[in-house]
Amino acid sequence: MNLVQSSAYTRREFLRTGLILASAATTIPSFVSSSAAAMTAAMNGLTSAPGIPDDRILVIVQLSGGNDGLNTVVPYGMPEYYKARAGIAIPQKDALKLSGGDGIGLHPQMTALKDLYDNDMAGIIQGVGYPNPNRSHFKSMDIWHTADTTATGDGWLGKYFDAECCGFGKGESGTIENPSSAPSAGPPGIAIGRSAPLAMEGRQIKPVSFESEELFRWSGQDISKSLKEPYESLNTRAQSHPAESDTNASFLMRTALDAQVSSDLIRKAVAQRPATAFPQNELGRQLSMVAAMIRAGLKTRVYYVNHGGFDTHSGQGGSQGRHGQLLKQLADSVKAFYTELKAQDNAARVMTMSFSEFGRRVGQNASQGTDHGTAAPMFLFGPMVRTGIIGDHPSLRDLDEGDLKHKIDFRSVYAGILEGWLKADSKVILEGNYRPLPVMKKA
Amino acid sequence: MRHQPETQTPPAPPPPSPSPSPSEDAEDRVSASLQPLKPANFRHEQARHLLWRAGFGGSQAQVMTLVEWGLEKSVEHIVGYDNVEFESPAADLFDKDIMHPPSEEERKMYQSARRAGNEELLAQARLERERRERLDRSQMAEVQKWWLRRMIETPRPLEEKLTIFWHGHFATSFRTIENSYHMYLQNQLLRRHASGNFGELLLAIIRDPAMIAYLDNNDSRKGRPNENLARELMELFSLGVGNYSEDDIKEGARALTGYTFVDDAFVFQKQNHDNGVKNILGKSGGFDGDGFVRIILEKRACAAFIARKLYSFFVADVPLTAKDADLEPAQRAVLRRLAATLTSGRYELKPFLKKLFLSEHFYEPRFINQQVKSPIQLVVGAIRSLNTPERDLSILNDALDRMGQRIFFPPSVKGWDGGRSWINTSTYFVRQNIMAFLIAAKMPRGYDALANEQPFDPLDLLEPQDKHRTTVVDAVLRITLGHAPVHAKETLESFLAASDGDVNKANVTALFLLATAMPEYQLC
Repeated sequence: MNLVQSSAYTRREFLRTGLILASAATTIPSFVSSSAAAMTAAMNGLTSAPGIPDDRILVIVQLSGGNDGLNTVVPYGMPEYYKARAGIAIPQKDALKLSGGDGIGLHPQMTALKDLYDNDMAGIIQGVGYPNPNRSHFKSMDIWHTADTTATGDGWLGKYFDAECCGFGKGESGTIENPSSAPSAGPPGIAIGRSAPLAMEGRQIKPVSFESEELFRWSGQDISKSLKEPYESLNTRAQSHPAESDTNASFLMRTALDAQVSSDLIRKAVAQRPATAFPQNELGRQLSMVAAMIRAGLKTRVYYVNHGGFDTHSGQGGSQGRHGQLLKQLADSVKAFYTELKAQDNAARVMTMSFSEFGRRVGQNASQGTDHGTAAPMFLFGPMVRTGIIGDHPSLRDLDEGDLKHKIDFRSVYAGILEGWLKADSKVILEGNYRPLPVMKKA
Repeated sequence: MRHQPETQTPPAPPPPSPSPSPSEDAEDRVSASLQPLKPANFRHEQARHLLWRAGFGGSQAQVMTLVEWGLEKSVEHIVGYDNVEFESPAADLFDKDIMHPPSEEERKMYQSARRAGNEELLAQARLERERRERLDRSQMAEVQKWWLRRMIETPRPLEEKLTIFWHGHFATSFRTIENSYHMYLQNQLLRRHASGNFGELLLAIIRDPAMIAYLDNNDSRKGRPNENLARELMELFSLGVGNYSEDDIKEGARALTGYTFVDDAFVFQKQNHDNGVKNILGKSGGFDGDGFVRIILEKRACAAFIARKLYSFFVADVPLTAKDADLEPAQRAVLRRLAATLTSGRYELKPFLKKLFLSEHFYEPRFINQQVKSPIQLVVGAIRSLNTPERDLSILNDALDRMGQRIFFPPSVKGWDGGRSWINTSTYFVRQNIMAFLIAAKMPRGYDALANEQPFDPLDLLEPQDKHRTTVVDAVLRITLGHAPVHAKETLESFLAASDGDVNKANVTALFLLATAMPEYQLC
């Protein structure tokens, strides 16, 4: 093992550690260089180094707009369900009955998800929410992202990165005591989307985000091919600059180089066609990119994708229709994702979690749709996750002004994933004591 | 920790003597100087620096005009912007009624509907609220565009630059308050006081509906005060961490009880105000919110904190949390004197700004072209200095968001961290690509709308003597970067040579594309 002295720390080692994707690593060059030796040591013994979990990956699927939980995981055994939703309820005969679920079934468009469930690859956590639910899309989404009902502070995954990388995880008032003494470097997250989700924003570590690999590059070179070479020459000059120099100019040159390298790495990874046919929709496209990056061996710990359009105030549909289409896209895409991961022999390394900012009201509205509500189910996917139906379906009789009362606090789910899957200290990261919900399959 | 009460009289300003304390060595003596720059030293580079830092950059012609005017007149013109004609934002530019709370009548109707379990009516009310929220979000987008255009067009750039500064300082987000008109009102408030008196601004901000809603003071009443505003007022708006105690927050919160708003105006609700005696920062009395603010303003720490924030914004990053002792002597001395300028001037901002922009220190070579441009600075600066079309304000606002500076949506009450935090591998490409959009109408992917494809001819930026194959590269680099680094010159010259060497529109456009995609272009 070749331990490099911090002063002799070179770009090559930096790239090799996989930290290249941690954009914030470049914002703290002093940290990077002074902890280089520790970091290199840690990365060489990746699975055994203390404080570093093995190479497990978490994928978050965000269902934006407020997914109607009652038409996703259908309580066809409850007569109140049909009373409240005369126009849009899923008929009992259509619901995909779940083994182990008494009177609980899936939306008929989710046959692919039923397959995962039947193959012991899917868990359904019922009635997830939080106290005094907020019905604003923005606010409630921020609450889920920050794991804080005041919706303030860093993102929960960002705090995880920070805690792993820099040994601190306190909220906004937290200070970095001594980042250069950090035991190791945590690989960062990649978000597919227009901008990085708040959930992944840490103090030190920032995620890489891009909508498509084509946007994660300089568009000027499309104007004329002859621009590519001079452009690259102007943007990769950091190689000839000493890394110790700490002016803003040298910082920018290093970031420019990082950007070129990350762009090459990611675009090369996603240029490889997957072995599996992914469904032709936005979520399928995003998950096929994630699968490609996992196959390419990026050191990324968390990927984040988004599936939008769930704000179904009108014309939501029942067994057929708009909401059903969204659920079909979700089910088909996740199934293709795990088929691909299995073919790569990576499935066991990957846990996927889905969530939405809120569920919808129990009663439908006058426009054959549903309005903003509260608790809703979450899904967990992967060969290692606890499967089956987790928790009880919220009561349809005991409502809070027409809304479901949550059974499980979403932060218990986060705590379970942090403790069980990522082997992190949920108390530090969530800044509170939430009983971790067991999310791992019993050995 | 309690702080000792300070003497009533503000500390005397340091004597206007050029001789510094003997502990500072010769080098520091030069750089710590807040003495005016020698008129002869105000040249192209310094004029350009002033235009970028006190505004959003400018054309070559504007730079030359400042050089011609000289330092004093230039600073006088920039800081004394009240003398430059420009329309003030009209109060009725935007609809103030979208988010008005329901009338008494409506409230009663919904109450009885709730009691009667009339789901139909309740659903209707909910739909109506959601419709208004959608309308309000569109209006917020319009206000964003309006402000961006104002920054692009204003003949008083320092006014908008300071408004952005105060927006980050008194950060309030539409995302939380969900009222676009209140955001607009706050924006006007910040602009009105932008270069006025900080004390008056601080008194005004605790009466601002957007701020009161953002920091939950509307629910703060005697017996159960909400501490949010009191805390941020001291921690982020005036004194900084370490200059007050938790008890000061509790007592200050009592002073702020009853400070709320109705519709769009501040209201002091006497019945909800705690009239009792409070002990705040070593003073004791029956203070209200204004009294609380006045106590804060008497603290030396307040002037020091504001001086440091303004210095970081205009000159060079100084971490807010760094201890004075950890700063280099030159900066420490400058900050001390700037704070004294605020104190002795009773928080008048114009004398402070003039002193700063006139000073030798401000023009030190180590500060020139070493500040990371904020996204606003990048976009508005490019349009103003290169005279490109603005093309599409929605796309520009969208790019600002992707670069991390969505105006009216600061990420938290701390505002934007600024400096290096603007730059990461993702934002780096957005920054380069928005330049390709402005210069060559190269549409960012994912936009279906027709962008303004108004042609831009960069040849117009060149003087006749620049339009030659031996001089053009140098000219392009000087316009974009203010200097011509050797490596860049070589790269661009060999590109030009490989492209027949013609100084035509296509080649010069290409040179501008390359220059603005350089790491150095992110600095000003």
